[in-house]
Amino acid sequence: MIHDFGIVWSERALLLSGLANTAILSALSAVAALVLGCGLAPALMSKQPALLWTARFFVDGMRCVPFLLFAYIVYYGFPTFGVRLDNWTTGLAALSIYNAAYMAEILRGAWVAQPREPIEAGIAFGFSEIRLFRRIILPPLLLSAGPVIGNQMIQIIKDSAFLTIIALPELTHAASSIQSRHYVPFAAFITAVFLYWGLCLVIEAGVTSIGRLADARR
Amino acid sequence: MSAGDIAAFAQGAVVTVTLSFAGILIGLPIGLSLALIRWANVPVAAWIVALYVSVLRATPLVTLLLLLFFALPNIGVPVDPVSAAIIGLVMNTSAFNCEVWRSALMNFPKDQYEAAQSVGMRAGQRFRRIVLPQIVMVSLPGLVNEMSLLIKVTPVLAVVGVVDITRAAVRIGAETYEPLPPFLVAVALYVPIVFALVSLQRWIERRQMTAGAAA
Repeated sequence: MIHDFGIVWSERALLLSGLANTAILSALSAVAALVLGCGLAPALMSKQPALLWTARFFVDGMRCVPFLLFAYIVYYGFPTFGVRLDNWTTGLAALSIYNAAYMAEILRGAWVAQPREPIEAGIAFGFSEIRLFRRIILPPLLLSAGPVIGNQMIQIIKDSAFLTIIALPELTHAASSIQSRHYVPFAAFITAVFLYWGLCLVIEAGVTSIGRLADARR
Repeated sequence: MSAGDIAAFAQGAVVTVTLSFAGILIGLPIGLSLALIRWANVPVAAWIVALYVSVLRATPLVTLLLLLFFALPNIGVPVDPVSAAIIGLVMNTSAFNCEVWRSALMNFPKDQYEAAQSVGMRAGQRFRRIVLPQIVMVSLPGLVNEMSLLIKVTPVLAVVGVVDITRAAVRIGAETYEPLPPFLVAVALYVPIVFALVSLQRWIERRQMTAGAAA
């Protein structure tokens, strides 16, 4: 057993590059999903039926589709329309679009719970709609939704592991190749599990500090 | 798509639904037991459960499945894809269920528990008659939410060779060289299942909200 972990240690470069890829992939798609979600949330709160129902359909649809299947569809679907993407772009696109729906729903939930007064004050001050959203509505929204957004980021990290099926060299993929090269399944995968755990602990620590920031502003 | 393909999808759907049910049914009581161990603060065990939940919540199901599927035979436990799938689903979902149950237990009013104590109910009785019926109601939306999450991760089971909806879609796509249509069919099979659970969750939440408002 110790010997097995020795083999994993000797392959640490591969495992660490997998960890780095998982972290980069998750960070980039978390940011993209959050930005897209911020764009989508006003549509979910819109008073125009057409806009509202389109956004609602997209968000509810995504929430019912398993991510793995969505990744397959992006992977095989884009080439059908003549768009050739590499594994990285496919993975990033799939993770970002899919989680944008979840982020939008999280922001909508926090928006509904926001007090009306600052928004009405903003309207009274003559803020345009975009500035109202950007300066008055969004900042407290992001702070109060912080913990749930953090949970979603952990979900993104876990979803990124699915991208091993399209041969994206992330952490699970690295563990798989170590296991198939040296046949040390337990050592390889348990190391990957603890690396994922480490990543999630970092995010939880980040969420706690954002929570403290939000408390300080209150 | 041929008749054989439709049969393959139907069989896959049966496998997906059966395994999901198995995972949910076994995961619920295990999650509750884990939550009780933490709630009762059993020395050492409570600490181990906390660690288990923290690690499992951070572990992608793919990684867990590959670990179980390849490592169990390595330590002398023979395991086929279906058992690996069920063990993986149960481990994954029990960690999340534990948190749902635990938050219901933490918020359980202490005075009720003490009242039950003062009328001479034994610990088992107190739990069965007083605590359990109420925490089930409180936990229900969270548990149903976890069920829909569980169904959404089941396509991963295909990775270790379980012949579910996703595996059927992959195979048909490989045979016809047209991978997109079978995946769209697969999505059309998953969406109603997940949508039913999401609607159930919303319905329960609404009902409890109106019940809470009436009380």
